[in-house]
Amino acid sequence: MSLLAPGHRGCAGCCDALAGKFVLDAVGKDCIVVSPTGCLEVFTTPYPESAWGVPWIHSLFENAAAVASGVEAAYKALGKKNKTKIIVIGGDGATLDIGLQAISGAFERGHDLTYICVDNEAYMNTGVQRSGATPLFASTTTSPAGKVSFGNPQHKKNMPAIIAAHGSPYVATASISYAPDLIKKVKKATETKGPTYVHVHAPCCTGWKFEGSKTIEVGRLAVETAMWPLYEMENGEVTGVRKLKKRKPVEEYLKVQGRYKHLFTAEGGTEEIKKIQAIADWNVKHFGLE
Amino acid sequence: MVVVEGSYAVAHSVKMCKPNVISAYPITPQTHIVEDLSQFVADGEMSCEYMNVESEFSAISALIGASAAGARTYSSTTSQGLALMHEALFNASGMRLPVVMTVVNRALSAPINIWNDQQDSISQRDTGWIQLYAEDVQESADMTPQLYKIAEDEEVLLPAMSCMDGFILSHVYEPVILLEQSLTDEFLPPFSPEFVLDPENPMSFGAFADPSTYTEFRYKQEKAMEAALLKIEEVANEFNEVYGRYYGGLIDSYLLDDAEIVIMAMGSVIGTIKDTIDMLRKEGESIGLLKIRSFRPFPVEAIRTALKNAKVVITLDKNISIGKNEGALCTEVKACLYNTNLRVPVIGFMLGHGGRDIPISTIVKIINKAKLVEKGIFVESEFADLREELI
Repeated sequence: MSLLAPGHRGCAGCCDALAGKFVLDAVGKDCIVVSPTGCLEVFTTPYPESAWGVPWIHSLFENAAAVASGVEAAYKALGKKNKTKIIVIGGDGATLDIGLQAISGAFERGHDLTYICVDNEAYMNTGVQRSGATPLFASTTTSPAGKVSFGNPQHKKNMPAIIAAHGSPYVATASISYAPDLIKKVKKATETKGPTYVHVHAPCCTGWKFEGSKTIEVGRLAVETAMWPLYEMENGEVTGVRKLKKRKPVEEYLKVQGRYKHLFTAEGGTEEIKKIQAIADWNVKHFGLE
Repeated sequence: MVVVEGSYAVAHSVKMCKPNVISAYPITPQTHIVEDLSQFVADGEMSCEYMNVESEFSAISALIGASAAGARTYSSTTSQGLALMHEALFNASGMRLPVVMTVVNRALSAPINIWNDQQDSISQRDTGWIQLYAEDVQESADMTPQLYKIAEDEEVLLPAMSCMDGFILSHVYEPVILLEQSLTDEFLPPFSPEFVLDPENPMSFGAFADPSTYTEFRYKQEKAMEAALLKIEEVANEFNEVYGRYYGGLIDSYLLDDAEIVIMAMGSVIGTIKDTIDMLRKEGESIGLLKIRSFRPFPVEAIRTALKNAKVVITLDKNISIGKNEGALCTEVKACLYNTNLRVPVIGFMLGHGGRDIPISTIVKIINKAKLVEKGIFVESEFADLREELI
C-alpha cells in the first residue's frame, strides 16, 4: 500500500494526492515529511486520523523550510542523520509567496533536505485566490476576468531559478502527469547532498475548472505545449530537458480549462492568447525543447 | 564567584543545560547571549547545532521542528523579534514542544526604542508559554535549567520563557556563581520525549482539528499550565537542594507578613523596591514586597494568600494595555481578588517604559500616592513617571 493511505479527503482527481503518493513512492519509509498549511495538510490529517505512513509534521503556513531545517539539525545533533531523508511537500502559495524567506534561509544554510513544491497555481485550499505562481491571464477569485480584465495580470514567478541562484546542487521541474520522470527526479534530489528542489506542476480540477477525470491529460497538455518545461539543473546549469517531438499550440492547453474560458469568449482574447503563446515560445528557445 | 556580564552568565547556564539545537537571530539587547553561545560552539565547548537563521520567525520555527525531532532546544530574542515570533509561539505551545527561550525584555516600536520595558513578553501572555521573570543576574542564570526541568516534565510539556530586563540585567556586570556541569547534570535529566518524529514509529504532528476536537486541545494546555504551578515550586526547591539558591517559586516576598502596603512587581525593579522598603521601614512605614516570579501560569491562590493582611496593594507595570490605562499585572491582580472576600484596593502604576530609569524617589512617590487611599483619594491606575513638560 502507498505510504500516503487512501481514504483521505482530497477531491476526486486531486493533484496534491497524486503528488504526495508519487513523492513517497520515490523516497520510501525512511523519511520525515514537513508540510506547510494547505490542501495536502488539511485533507490528509483530520484529527484523529492521518493518511501519512511516514513521520509527518505541519507547523504553520510560512515556515515549513525552517521547520525542516530544525528537524535536520536535530537529527544531526542527536546522531540520527544517516539515511533518513528530510522532505518538505508544500503548495505554491507556501513556497513562492509566504514561505519564500524561510526557504531562502534554509537553502543558504545548506541543510540536507529536499523541498518539493506542488504547484497548482493558486490558493486552492481557501477557494482559488491568485498566488505568485498563477500564470498570466488565469482567472481566479482574486484576479477574476471581468469587463475590463483578462484575469491575472502578472507572469508566474520563476521559482526554480530563484532556488538555483541560491547555489542548490539539484533543481528540477516535474509534472504529476509524468510519474516515472517525477519519481526519478525526487529520488535524485533526495540522493543529492545539500538542499535540493523539485517543482511539480499539478493541475487542480477544482481551481482550474476541468473534469476530475482529466487531471493527467491537462498536465500532459501543459508539457506538450511548452507551458511547463521539464528540465533539471545541477549547480545552476541546465543539464537535462524533456524534448518535445511535436509541440502543440497553447490553445489546446488553455481551452480545456475554465480559468481561461474568457480568452475564447471576450473580445480581444485572441490577442491575449498570443502573449501566452510567447511564453511557451520563450520556454522552447530558453530550454532548447525542440 | 566571578564578575561577569549578565548575558554571559545566561549563555554559560545554557551551555550547562546541553541543548542539542540553538537557533537565533541577533537583536539588541539579546546579542551578547547569542554571541557568547556562538563562541562556545566555535571553541568546541558545546556540542550542538547552532543555526544562524534569517529571522526570529525562522528561529522559533526551526526549534519547533527540532523539538519535535527530539532535541533539547534554545533560543533568545527580544521586542520586535518576539513580536515577529508571535504566530509560532502559539504553535510551539499547541504542539506541546518544550522549547526554552530567554527573552531579554525591551520596548516595542513605534517609536523605536532599544531599552528595557516588559511590553514584549507581556504581549505574548496568551500564547501558552510559561513566563518567569528574573530579579537579578544570578536568578536569570539559574532560571534556565529550572525552566528546562519544568517545561520538559511530562505533566507539563509547554514551552517556557525566561524573562530578564534588557541592559539592566543583560549588560550589567555582577558577581555571579556560574553553574557547574556536574551539579547541573545532577539537577537536570536529559530530554527524552515520548513522542518524536521517527521513521521507525511514524506519527503525525500538527494535525487539523475541527470544532468537534479543538476545544479539548486548549483545555489540556490549560491543565498543563496548572501542572506547571506545582512544578515551578517543586523545581525551585530541587534547585535549592542541589545549588543552595532560592528565589521563590511562583512568588517571593520581602517583609510582607506585617505589611499594610504591599508592592507587587516583576523583574529587576524588585531590587530597587527592596532598597526603598528598607529605607522606609527605618522611618516606621509598614511596607512589604510581593514579587511575581511566574506570570504564566498566574499564581492566583498564592497571591490571594499573600495579600490577606494587606490594606493597600500597589502594582508596578513596565507595560500598558493601551485603551485600558493599566498594566497587565494590575489587571490580573484585581481579577484574581474579585471573587474573594478580600476587598483591598489595588492601585496600578505604569513606569519604566522604553528604559526610563526607576529611581527610589519614584517608588517613594508611588507609595505616598497609595497612602492617599486612607484619605479617600483613590487613583485607579496611572503613569508614575510622566514628564509633564513633553505632553
